[in-house]
Amino acid sequence: MAKLNVNGRIIDVEVEGDTPLLWVLREQIGLTGTKYGCGIAQCGACTVHVDGAATRACAMPVSAFNETQKIVTIEGLSPDSSHPIQQAWLALDVPQCGFCQSGMIMAAAALVAATPRPTEAQIREEITNICRCGTYNRVIAGIQRATTGPGAAG
Amino acid sequence: MNAITKASRRSVLGATLGAFTFGFHIPKAGAQTAPAARPISPEVNAWVVVKPDDTIIIRIARSEMGQGTLTGLAQLVAEELECDWTKVTTEYPTPGQNLARGRVWGNMSTGGSRGIRESHEYVRKGGAAARMMLIQAAANAWSVPIGECRAAASVITHTPTRRTVTFGQVAEAAGRLPAPALAEVPLKAPGDWKVAGRSVPRLDTRAKLDGSQIYGMDLKLPGMVNAAIRACPVFGGKVRAVDSAAAERMPGVKRVLRVGDYAVAVVADTWWRAKTALEAVDITWDNGEHANASSASFAEVMRAGLDAPQAAIGNQAGDARAAIAAAPRKVEAVYGYPHQNHACMEVMNATAVWTPERCEVWTPTQNGEAAHAATAEAAGLPPARCEVHKIHLGGGFGRRGAVHDWVRQVVDLAKQMPGVPVKLLWSREEDMLQGRFHPVTMCKLSAGLDAQGNLTGLHMRISGQSIVAGIFPQNIRDGRDPVVFQGLNNAGGEADIGYGIPNLLVDHAMRNPHVPPGFWRGVNLNQNAIYLECFMDELAHAAGKDPLEFRRALMANHPKHLAVLNAVAERSGWGRPAPDVGGQRVFRGLSVTHGFGSYVAACAEVSVSDAGALKIHRIVAATDPGHAVNPQQIAAQVEGSFVYGLSAALYGACTVKDGKIEQTNFDSYPVMRLADMPKVETILIPSGGFWGGVGEPTIAVAAPAVLNAIFAATGKRIRELPLQEGALRRG
Repeated sequence: MAKLNVNGRIIDVEVEGDTPLLWVLREQIGLTGTKYGCGIAQCGACTVHVDGAATRACAMPVSAFNETQKIVTIEGLSPDSSHPIQQAWLALDVPQCGFCQSGMIMAAAALVAATPRPTEAQIREEITNICRCGTYNRVIAGIQRATTGPGAAG
Repeated sequence: MNAITKASRRSVLGATLGAFTFGFHIPKAGAQTAPAARPISPEVNAWVVVKPDDTIIIRIARSEMGQGTLTGLAQLVAEELECDWTKVTTEYPTPGQNLARGRVWGNMSTGGSRGIRESHEYVRKGGAAARMMLIQAAANAWSVPIGECRAAASVITHTPTRRTVTFGQVAEAAGRLPAPALAEVPLKAPGDWKVAGRSVPRLDTRAKLDGSQIYGMDLKLPGMVNAAIRACPVFGGKVRAVDSAAAERMPGVKRVLRVGDYAVAVVADTWWRAKTALEAVDITWDNGEHANASSASFAEVMRAGLDAPQAAIGNQAGDARAAIAAAPRKVEAVYGYPHQNHACMEVMNATAVWTPERCEVWTPTQNGEAAHAATAEAAGLPPARCEVHKIHLGGGFGRRGAVHDWVRQVVDLAKQMPGVPVKLLWSREEDMLQGRFHPVTMCKLSAGLDAQGNLTGLHMRISGQSIVAGIFPQNIRDGRDPVVFQGLNNAGGEADIGYGIPNLLVDHAMRNPHVPPGFWRGVNLNQNAIYLECFMDELAHAAGKDPLEFRRALMANHPKHLAVLNAVAERSGWGRPAPDVGGQRVFRGLSVTHGFGSYVAACAEVSVSDAGALKIHRIVAATDPGHAVNPQQIAAQVEGSFVYGLSAALYGACTVKDGKIEQTNFDSYPVMRLADMPKVETILIPSGGFWGGVGEPTIAVAAPAVLNAIFAATGKRIRELPLQEGALRRG
């Protein structure tokens, strides 16, 4: 039994305490936008926000959470894809297959929340998510557009 | 992207398949999705449906896996249809429908960068024929000659009277008209294109921004159970014994099942519980005859093949051996390229329902028809009683095309639980161990130079694994795998060598390990371009010539190869020193090749620190694909292909010990991340007159350009991949 605060809702889930948050989100709560990629916090496809910080949900047991921690998934990032990162991604056609992009967008959104105008070097250092399609250069351009271009966050 | 809904399937197929469905509603994603209860319109033809509200649905037979083919193919249909591009949506016909309609949508296979290059003509004709039928329907309604009517932006205008009607208003009547003979359907000249050839945004982006895009992994059907699987980690091995007592008592576990004689699966209410319980199953393996195989032992087998008397010839001119023997200067080198896993971000998965009467599968696949055939075979049912629903792919790269091992597994499981939807999801570890791997090869290159440093003879002896022998053995003739010579062929227009070498021999000693091969993005072009282009660089240096000039001297009869090479040389500033970056000197390397129908070249700029840290600053890449359908998506493919190719050359390899692949996840199989991504400048020079692919060709020029730049920076030749830690340290 766990009580979680997900996308602003308090949700009770019946599950073994060692179940990773990722699988509770996907299988108990039905939020499948957060992806399984590796299960060992390597690839970042499962990135969500916990109290605003980018967190890899595949390696965090649900027992580590309670209802005071605000968990936000890709489904809760904005009501209508209006977050500057999502808008920049749309303008630049960042996704290819798109599978890693939920995690990529959440990582980018956490970065710009903490560092409103990140340098390219900061982006390269902070965004460690894996994309096998190779969208990296558009990810950099997307973050720069979201933070310095028209409709910038900061 | 939608699957065709149940209702529209009925309207398309009538009684043939109309009653044939389990009727599960698949959740759909994004702005491209019509409501489930949308009014149904009959199709104009197999490629085009127009709804009364003028929404255009274009049917796409190939699979979207990130490469943008969905948008590119829709652009080609829309170009001829003369429809309003802002109202275009897409959907996949199913393999079962394709079978029932005599393959009206043609080949569904999505590999070899062939999505557009092999279907551009018939999809454009599909759009043009639909336009002709829509115009005919309008002309009939007005009782005017069709020659007086024009279509533009989904509106048909009777030019003399300026009367108009929209496509949606005449679509139903158009669908009842006889289709024009395709031979009589004219196509626009590419110079007249308005939608094709332009960098329009992708049609599938919005759903990838908010988590609503449904991948196979995300599929949920009523009553569905979840399966985790472990196959014998040694290929060819079997299950000897299973103790599942502990696992069966674990929460949520429903069944512990065998799959064939080689795998064990746990079925539970959730996948996490299935995976957890699988770890508690005690499996004893019979590892079989390959239990002691290793990469080192297979390297010895390949090395022997480098000098074996028997080899299949791929390309031959003059007498290479005699020319090399007679040359005053000889150069020789041996290169090698290891096994690689596709490592798609979305691991293999499928969902199946089986009853004695029928079987349906939902899966991300690059080849719906091959998945359908695998389903029928595993289900023990005729194909007409099976159906496959293609789900958007979280990466493909060749893993999800020719071999549908995971589909056979899920059908095997579903057969053991009749009527229950079973979703099988591999763990990343299973995905790494049970890959269909990039083939492992070595190549011995021998060349002769005359007194002036001109190349007089070249022998490339490739030794190692054949993909075709592993997957389509019926296509091997006299020990010859035609695909193994990609990029080295004499002619054929798809993958030809770009040099006129007076005495040339390219041959292959096939040596197959027990590790199963797969088509891996770029296929054999990857290593062949490294072998040839790095060796050309070696020869240029041996001859004391500039690598660009040395190549140019051999390219007089290969103007398209030469044009892309010249383009990257010019843009990169070849011949002038590259500016320093961060106090480090920057060096350049070149490569050029031809594959999947396109001509490509690259110039890489790198620096190497005293400690041996490699930094790739920029890669300038040129592509001549003949015709370019969506330039911004071609640029995306070029950048992406570099990540894939450089990951293999510089970071990861799959190695075998005790018969098993040693790498189990991204910690032991590193891939390129954002920190190391170079800037990429894409030059697109479509010269017209042919159609080349763009998903794969440039992957092959990244690695040799970087390796040649590394030599320029360090004087070190890297001939064994991937690049080893410390290999570039100075001193």
